[in-house]
Amino acid sequence: MSATVLAVEGIVKSFPGVQALKGVSLTVARGEVLAVLGENGAGKSTLMKILAGLQQADAGKMMWQGREVHFSSASQALKAGIALIHQELNLSENLPAGANVFLGREPQRWGVLDRRQMNAQAQQLLDRLGFGLPAETAVDGLSPGKKQLIEIAKALATDAQLLIMDEPTASLSEAETQKLFEVIRGLQREGVSVIYISHRLPEIERIADRVTVLRDGENAGELARGEIHHDAMVRLMVGRELSDFYQHQSLEPGPEIMSVRGLRTRAYPRHEVSFTLRAGEVVGLAGLVGAGRTEILEALAGLTPAVVGEISLGSQAYAPQAPYDAVERGVMLVPEDRKQQGLVLDASVADNLTLPSLTRMARFGLWRDFSREKACADEQIAAMQIKVSHAGQSARQLSGGNQQKIVIGKWLALGPKVLLLDEPTRGIDVGAKSEIYQWMETLVQQGIAVLFVSSDLEEVLGLADRVLVMHEGRLAGELSRENMSQEAIMRLATGGEGSF
Amino acid sequence: MMKKTLGIFVVFVLICLLTAALSDVFLRPQNVENLIMRIGLYGIMAIGVSFVIMTGGIDLSLGSMVCLTGCGLPWLLVKVGWSPPLALLVLLLVVLALGWTHGWMITRWHLQPFIVTLCGLLIYRGVMRGLAADQSLGFGTAYDGLRWIATGKIPLGSLPIALPMPFVWLVIVALLAFGFLRFTVWGQHLLALGYNEEAAKNSGIRTNRLIVASYMICAFLAGFAGLLFSMDVNSAQPSDFGNFYELYAIAAAVLGGCSLRGGQGAVLGVLIGTALMQVLRNMIVLVFPAQQNMEFAIIGFVILLGVLGDEWFKRYFAKRS
Repeated sequence: MSATVLAVEGIVKSFPGVQALKGVSLTVARGEVLAVLGENGAGKSTLMKILAGLQQADAGKMMWQGREVHFSSASQALKAGIALIHQELNLSENLPAGANVFLGREPQRWGVLDRRQMNAQAQQLLDRLGFGLPAETAVDGLSPGKKQLIEIAKALATDAQLLIMDEPTASLSEAETQKLFEVIRGLQREGVSVIYISHRLPEIERIADRVTVLRDGENAGELARGEIHHDAMVRLMVGRELSDFYQHQSLEPGPEIMSVRGLRTRAYPRHEVSFTLRAGEVVGLAGLVGAGRTEILEALAGLTPAVVGEISLGSQAYAPQAPYDAVERGVMLVPEDRKQQGLVLDASVADNLTLPSLTRMARFGLWRDFSREKACADEQIAAMQIKVSHAGQSARQLSGGNQQKIVIGKWLALGPKVLLLDEPTRGIDVGAKSEIYQWMETLVQQGIAVLFVSSDLEEVLGLADRVLVMHEGRLAGELSRENMSQEAIMRLATGGEGSF
Repeated sequence: MMKKTLGIFVVFVLICLLTAALSDVFLRPQNVENLIMRIGLYGIMAIGVSFVIMTGGIDLSLGSMVCLTGCGLPWLLVKVGWSPPLALLVLLLVVLALGWTHGWMITRWHLQPFIVTLCGLLIYRGVMRGLAADQSLGFGTAYDGLRWIATGKIPLGSLPIALPMPFVWLVIVALLAFGFLRFTVWGQHLLALGYNEEAAKNSGIRTNRLIVASYMICAFLAGFAGLLFSMDVNSAQPSDFGNFYELYAIAAAVLGGCSLRGGQGAVLGVLIGTALMQVLRNMIVLVFPAQQNMEFAIIGFVILLGVLGDEWFKRYFAKRS
């Protein structure tokens, strides 16, 4: 793998007010998996968009397969053989797999869609990726992993020689990730190059041939195959040692705050789940995607009321029928999809932070008290270290990490008793992650119970006092801090024997 | 928000100047008074529908609500023989109940606002035509005292024009709406839910209640405007009274900066949007009397231009900032 297929040099890109890229260079060899790392805001996404023709560089040179190129649109890049697979998958859920693979480039005969040929060709591509999915399968019931593979097939259908994957495993289970890696290795052998972007460092250790790290729009360094280690990557990303990244200290758990008995969610109405939460405890909820973890949190927060189940909060019965029931009782959710479920993106940072507590701050519960609202917003911005130019800035303009801090911060003014976090650090850079972890620590010290769902096993091991592992809607087992290990969790999550 | 309102305000002033230059009737006291009255009548409806639009919904039944109360009042008073207070009370309660029903079907059964209120459009007018046997209705010469709330005029000292009552009502409604949106918790909740209903709900806001309340406010104001319309013209034909008024109201709200995707809206913008629509209609009558049949086409084009211009403005400012 020596032949360089892509070489970019001195790429500069400015947006109003920020210089996103200040002269970045990188090369990709034929059949190589290059991981591009960096905190949010380091310029990764901008660089990838430029490579894929979605944005144009202000300055710099791009050589693709030995020729200098300037892509002015995504379709030009696609024609040249560079395909970007977005983090949020872009599939038409109502169409079958084959139609998605050829969406917009359907084979035609006399101007009419040639469905037979389309399905045959799509089938070939799907088979090449090695998963036995008929091209006629409807997309909307498929797991995120299978959808990801359809996206890849879609890119291969354009004869892509370079695949840019942006956080491809964000919603994949461990097994699906494994499968994806096999596919990537297969593509590599066929000479396809891959640029792989992820915040999950253990994955990069497994898949990358080389790592390029960006920091503040510049090249921060590069790691060759033998040098790719967790600590080395973190050091390059943050520009300093990030010692004690997880500094969780188990506290003596306080009294039981919440007890759940025989909870049946709408997704798994036939399986009962029971567990308890104690004050000052951090409990992880692990399992594969689709194991029913999010559904448990949503039932406890009233988003999707449970079918049956006896929950008690403190000493009283608790059966939330809607989020306001839960919020009133001090049970608050930081949802999985922060942009859609957690934030009003077009509203200001201050408006988002005060939204749940407006009524409490208002005079007679109705007339807004603007000075109290401002004080409340300023307090949360300071406490959570949310980086904003001013409190009136719209939430949309912030980075993922700062957005997540808003979603957590908006609850703090209300004094939560139980905080439910669903994938709290997905797609967030290392710096913001560690700040959020510190906040979780502070909260449990105040006697709050934290229940969090995470697909990042390293995070579960680093944070949790106890782990509840789910498998297909059931609680497959519980692991105390002493018995926790990646292997033990995976064994339970994949339906192996439990150890209590 | 101010930038947006400013853009439409400039267009409004330009059209006023243009009309004044092309027609010497435009600035005559009689015409100005008439114009102000029409702005009052249509503005009340436009503010009502802007509440629904802010939630990301739509109410197509406004015109039929206008028909229901506008024809219902003379029918109850003259044909059925009820006393004015009872008739007014019952009619306003009926439209409130209809608004509640719209909101309930939309929140409880997740029906689409477009469909629910489209059915309302057909049903309410149909019912009124049935009740009145499709006869033209009016108050005759009776009830002049009652009709004062629509036909009355408040003299403005030495000015040559008097303030028509519908405009006074509009000012009251606008101030209440502004106060609600700006100074109450519910107003803020309403805007949040318009931008992102799911996030607002997850923040512990009772979004369904707010949506139902918006449809009730909208229906109430449409019903109230209907009463004023009918008292003003003193003759209502159930088959066409209030026809297309929902579109005038929606267009005014959109011109005034309400996004049909929800979340945006300012009372001042809606008022200017309404005024713009009415001046435009006035201009067509005064300046192009031969083209009066083209009124809809001209208004359609202007709205389209307004929305395009607004989009262009937005992109221009987004690029600059």
